Amino acid sequence: MRAHARARRTLITVGTAVGAAALLLSGCAQDPEGKPEPGASADGKGKTTLTVGVFGAFGLQEAGLYDDYMAQNPGVRIEQTSIERNENYYPQLLTHLGTGSGLADIQAVEVNNIAEITATQADKLVDLGRAPGVDKAAYLPWKWAQGTAKNGSTVALGTDIGPQGICYRKDLFAAAGLPTDRAAVGALWAGDWGKYLEAGKAYKAKAGDGKAFVDSASGVMAAVTGSSAQRFYDEQGKVVYKANPAVRGAFDLAASFATEGLSAKLQQFTPAWDQGFSNGTFATVSCPAWMLGYIQDKAGPAGKDKWDVAAAPKPSNWGGSFLVVPKAGKRAEEAAKLAAWLTAPEQQAKLFEKRGSFPSASGAYRLPAVSGARHAYFGGAPIGEIFARAAEGVPVTVIGPKDLVIAQNLADIGMLQVDQKGRSPQEGWDAAVKAIDNALDQ
Amino acid sequence: MSPSAAGSRQPAAEGGGRGQVWRSRRYRWDLRWSPYAFVAPFFLFFAAFGLFPLLYTGWAALHQVELTDPSAMTWVGLKNFTRLWEDEFFWNALRNTVTIGLLSTVPQLAVALGLAHVLNYRLRGSAFFRVAVLTPYATSVAAATLVFVLLFGRDYGMVNWALSAVGFDAVDWQNGTFASQLAVSTIVIWRWTGYNALIYLAAMQAVPGELYESAALDGASRWQQFRHVTVPALRPTIFFTCVVSTIGATQLFGEPLLFNGGAGATGGSDHQFQTLGLYLYEQGWVNLHLGRASAIAWAMFLILLLIAGAARLLRGRGDAR
Repeated sequence: MRAHARARRTLITVGTAVGAAALLLSGCAQDPEGKPEPGASADGKGKTTLTVGVFGAFGLQEAGLYDDYMAQNPGVRIEQTSIERNENYYPQLLTHLGTGSGLADIQAVEVNNIAEITATQADKLVDLGRAPGVDKAAYLPWKWAQGTAKNGSTVALGTDIGPQGICYRKDLFAAAGLPTDRAAVGALWAGDWGKYLEAGKAYKAKAGDGKAFVDSASGVMAAVTGSSAQRFYDEQGKVVYKANPAVRGAFDLAASFATEGLSAKLQQFTPAWDQGFSNGTFATVSCPAWMLGYIQDKAGPAGKDKWDVAAAPKPSNWGGSFLVVPKAGKRAEEAAKLAAWLTAPEQQAKLFEKRGSFPSASGAYRLPAVSGARHAYFGGAPIGEIFARAAEGVPVTVIGPKDLVIAQNLADIGMLQVDQKGRSPQEGWDAAVKAIDNALDQ
Repeated sequence: MSPSAAGSRQPAAEGGGRGQVWRSRRYRWDLRWSPYAFVAPFFLFFAAFGLFPLLYTGWAALHQVELTDPSAMTWVGLKNFTRLWEDEFFWNALRNTVTIGLLSTVPQLAVALGLAHVLNYRLRGSAFFRVAVLTPYATSVAAATLVFVLLFGRDYGMVNWALSAVGFDAVDWQNGTFASQLAVSTIVIWRWTGYNALIYLAAMQAVPGELYESAALDGASRWQQFRHVTVPALRPTIFFTCVVSTIGATQLFGEPLLFNGGAGATGGSDHQFQTLGLYLYEQGWVNLHLGRASAIAWAMFLILLLIAGAARLLRGRGDAR
């Protein structure tokens, strides 16, 4: 989700100047060094330059993967351009694909945009399913399906995913008489999001007023919708969110957190939300794997040994990304090789180890870097085990081209009105539907 | 061409030499065409980066175009414009733009005028103060807005902290309709007041000192001097700043976008501070409807032309008086 990109953005807190410079760079990154022919640069240092275009602090570079690849392939040099926010990155990627210029050899795509990419841009992208070194069996089936277009070509290889757990404050749980052991906490709500609400009510009864159970109602909604196979579109590609009980149910359940007074009424990825972590304003937050580092950053050293992570009521996914290789690139073959390498289980495991992005290649779950992973900040929680179990339970979600727009309006218009303005769930739903209708109407 | 050519042939013929004829002709051409050559670069750039996009946007506004495939355009005529009549989000954005524009422009110019008047006195270290009022203008919109978001925070913001210190209730600055618009206006006021003050100050220093002297002789107080000497002398400047501020207010974008924390171009959960600029951005770059976004852009352009026409009429009447 967009929040994914946002999380990464805020994690690294790139200055405005750097952001502007990145924009500039990516604007003129089509032909780095002006190398004339693909791989034919036998002159000078004789290196093929491959460019990778990403949004936010994507992590590939930070985890040292480019350096590894360059060490193994002395003939290759990798350059990365980054645009801080996916909101700015994605429209630019579309225009570049449309004109066939200005593209990097490899481009990142966010999960909420992937359906639009596979539906409308597949003919402009290399079929990576047939690229050398790509092993379909190594990926989670649902992630592989998301990157595959209708004509059967796999144009996008998955990088990370966002299996969710519930992060909770042990000290606040203890004060409210709830269990603090992560197995017992997970058992409180296992199998049913409704039980999560019940736990919240029990928490509030003991903790008293002014103590919130969750950070925001929209965070709950994202987690609940992330656990259902069908959300906003049906298999035929028709928009069905209005009539889909899974969506309406998630909306109403999340809204009850607001109406029952269990929500801290914060908006995720805002400064106020960050302050909520450091001030212990709320006791739980549904946390995809990539959010753990964020929480650690914001809650700071004072939160150490207070936070822990338990399994979510149902396996659910929030966020994740892909890599694509545009055909217009001059070094498409080399780029496909690099993309396959970057998304192979070993590299995804390293990305998880260094950056906390959870692998979409299930082959990585057996590697010790993942299976044995523990998070010191979260009381030594076995995060590799918790999130791998969640990842394998996530249903094959039907995603549609405008998932992002629908999810965004449901959260930022509908749920926010209920949570922060005190509107009724019905009013919030109606406002969101109106905004979505307007957004989808061409 | 003929009158000047005829006029200058005479002396050249008197001089007799052919070289002189040539030289004077070259001189004439130089005089006539060089200015065009000097201004040409601007107009070439304007044609490439101003006029062409403007016209192309107008062309796109008559089509259904999606950013996913900008080359596929379907002709829809004026549909993108006519639908704006029924588009409540458009009217809401227009209303917000006007309200925020007024909330920011009026106090901004009033304060700037007062500030300029004070700076116009003989002050110790006046250069320092003049630079100081300009510093907000030099900060980036993004940086300023992010700081104001913190100041206007609901739970831990400094403004609410100050309000509660004097016994008021905390205000939810982001969610209240008026509160959020006021907060966005504050950012604009903070950034642009000093800039306008310096423009006023420059104009004030061109007011002849004798006017003040004679006014003082007539027994006019400082305030009366300000009202009856300074303000009338500044009328063209005030008009200029009004026009510039109005254009700025119509295009208001960065402040409301960043004031919205993470939610992007919605302008708050109730679209309570979504300006026309934000709505255009939302249609074009979030919803990817380039045709609709182009229509909004042209509607904004037409609105500005209307305002300019109205201002001209008003000004014409004012001059006639």
